Amino acid sequence: MKELIKKLTDITSPSGNEDLIREAIREEIKEYCDDLKIDRLGNLIAFKHGGGAKIQFAAHMDEIGVIVTYIDDQGFLRFSNVGGLSPFQLLGQRVRFTDGTLGVFGLEKLEQMKDWTLNKMYIDIGATSKEEAEEKVAVGEFGGIIQDFADLGRRVAAKSMDNRVGCAVLIEALKRVQSPRNDLYCTFTVQEEVGLRGAKTSAFAIEPDLGIAVDVTLTGDTPEAEKMAVGLGKGVAIKVKDQSLIAHRRVKELLVRLAKEKKIPYQLEVLTRGGTDSGAIHLTRAGVPSGVISIPTRYVHSPSELIDLEDVEAAVQLVVAVMETPCDPENL
Amino acid sequence: MLLKELSELNGISGREEEVREYLRARIKGKVDKFHTDSLGNLIAVKGQGRPGPKVMLTAHMDEVGLMVLGIDPSGLLKIGAVGGIDPRVLVSKPVLIGRERVPGVIGAKPIHLQEKAERKKAIPLKGLYVDIGAKDREDAGKVVKVGDPVAFATQAGLFGEGLFKGKALDDRVGCAVLVELMQMETDFPLYFVFTVQEELGLRGARVAAYGIDPDLCLTIEGTFAGDLPEAKGHQVSTRLGRGPAITVMDRSIIVQKKLVDSLVAAGKAQNIPYQLRELTVGGTDAGAVSLTREGVPSAVVSVPCRYIHSPVSILSLADYHHTVQLVKAFLEGGYFLERVD
Repeated sequence: MKELIKKLTDITSPSGNEDLIREAIREEIKEYCDDLKIDRLGNLIAFKHGGGAKIQFAAHMDEIGVIVTYIDDQGFLRFSNVGGLSPFQLLGQRVRFTDGTLGVFGLEKLEQMKDWTLNKMYIDIGATSKEEAEEKVAVGEFGGIIQDFADLGRRVAAKSMDNRVGCAVLIEALKRVQSPRNDLYCTFTVQEEVGLRGAKTSAFAIEPDLGIAVDVTLTGDTPEAEKMAVGLGKGVAIKVKDQSLIAHRRVKELLVRLAKEKKIPYQLEVLTRGGTDSGAIHLTRAGVPSGVISIPTRYVHSPSELIDLEDVEAAVQLVVAVMETPCDPENL
Repeated sequence: MLLKELSELNGISGREEEVREYLRARIKGKVDKFHTDSLGNLIAVKGQGRPGPKVMLTAHMDEVGLMVLGIDPSGLLKIGAVGGIDPRVLVSKPVLIGRERVPGVIGAKPIHLQEKAERKKAIPLKGLYVDIGAKDREDAGKVVKVGDPVAFATQAGLFGEGLFKGKALDDRVGCAVLVELMQMETDFPLYFVFTVQEELGLRGARVAAYGIDPDLCLTIEGTFAGDLPEAKGHQVSTRLGRGPAITVMDRSIIVQKKLVDSLVAAGKAQNIPYQLRELTVGGTDAGAVSLTREGVPSAVVSVPCRYIHSPVSILSLADYHHTVQLVKAFLEGGYFLERVD
């Protein structure tokens, strides 16, 4: 599992530019599903037959990043955020554009720290003129922050753990599931970080009976952290509510019941900010009962998002349990 | 002049009747058929039923403006904003109210009566009112009602060298581009959609796209140009006279790379100038259309306009003509055909 997470987090695929990560996931799962397709927006949908209910699992494969908006005469790049990116996370960091070009972040001289916004920052790709910069990068080019995968033992840290760890959970569940009892639509979605966009269109096409996003959530277990009941290493988190969704009561109850039956460590999660693909899925067509299986993650939207592998294992077991439990679409 | 006539029509979001009626008369005979849907979008089509991808062009009819919220006993009108409007551009501007075009002036407390602190701040909307010269509430009530739309009274016209000024160029310029494109003959079904309520959240486009279920969408907009002395290079976004602006990303959409590349290729092949829009702020109808049903590949081409969302904005007529040419080249060249499923 550690190797898979490292492999996926090493890939740069910001929102709207999911080609590399999609190809890597496709390679991982192609032997483990009955059908595989890529839809109009670029979502990768793996189908596995099992009867029962149509369940859409969604793990977004995009990551937050930057887009080049302007190149000045000296060859410095100005940029805008793709998804929720804090300027304070960037100084000293490096960026990799989708074509492989590397750059480092810089900051204008500021009178006061409170003036520190993305507009005051730039990317230095080592060019000495506009012409030289334009040979490597064009306006409109997308990039992602890079950071080495850190193996801390039972815990690991990497960039884009949000949501490559969710992708890894879904991939592993697809490999492990022995006898699916539902029709499974494992969807690796695009553009979640810019507004749950891939989930919205894929759910329209799939028309699922049940929607379950697999994504990261925050924790409240670090020094002077904002109060939150979720902690690292305490099991998979079962979502009750976030800004995009109130988990359907029966979906939440199903997840809790399965976790208890299979003795999977779990915790209930109430997230006061943020949302997931289930926020879009549950409002599709006439409505889709939806919930979320979350992996507790520290330092979300930073270059070093930290998780506990035992929580990941619990998440995989819970996803497999849902896949192997016959669900009645009429009784959700 | 098409652009002048469109600019001088009044149609704040939700009250697009004047614009729609004008367009209905104007496009008659130029398209196979057209209808108005339940939200008020005007949908025209050429070549319906032909093989090939269904292509949808959109431009929004609505403009930002004001609405009468109440009548003071003094006969002055209380107003609220419809769409994103900076209250600092409002004071002392002449306006027209309702279909009857009752003239008014936006008034505010004179500087002599303002407290010291008030003088340093922009007057908020609730400190502004419209004066129609009525002597009291009863008098005012004879010509205006609560809910009447209020639009800027701006005469449009040629300006400077090859420029054009007028109100509501966001997005009457898009409407004008669509009307000009109706001369095109295509071998695929082409929908011309004039949308409502874009400024309030891309509302018309969302339902129109659901109804049409297109394979491809191109939104034509008036976007802001920041080519002003105090703006640094990276804050400018688009520049007047440099050609239509192609969007890579804004708050509502990340345009598929192959669509951006196809538009650029169309411009290069026909020697039509173009620029890439260099900021990611704002959103357009393409954002709503792109997420309709199973998803619709969508792109945005904009005419750069200085001072949008104000009583008067300025565009370059060359940019306007080049926008028509670029979209035409893109559609006729079939650059997109292989790109659509």
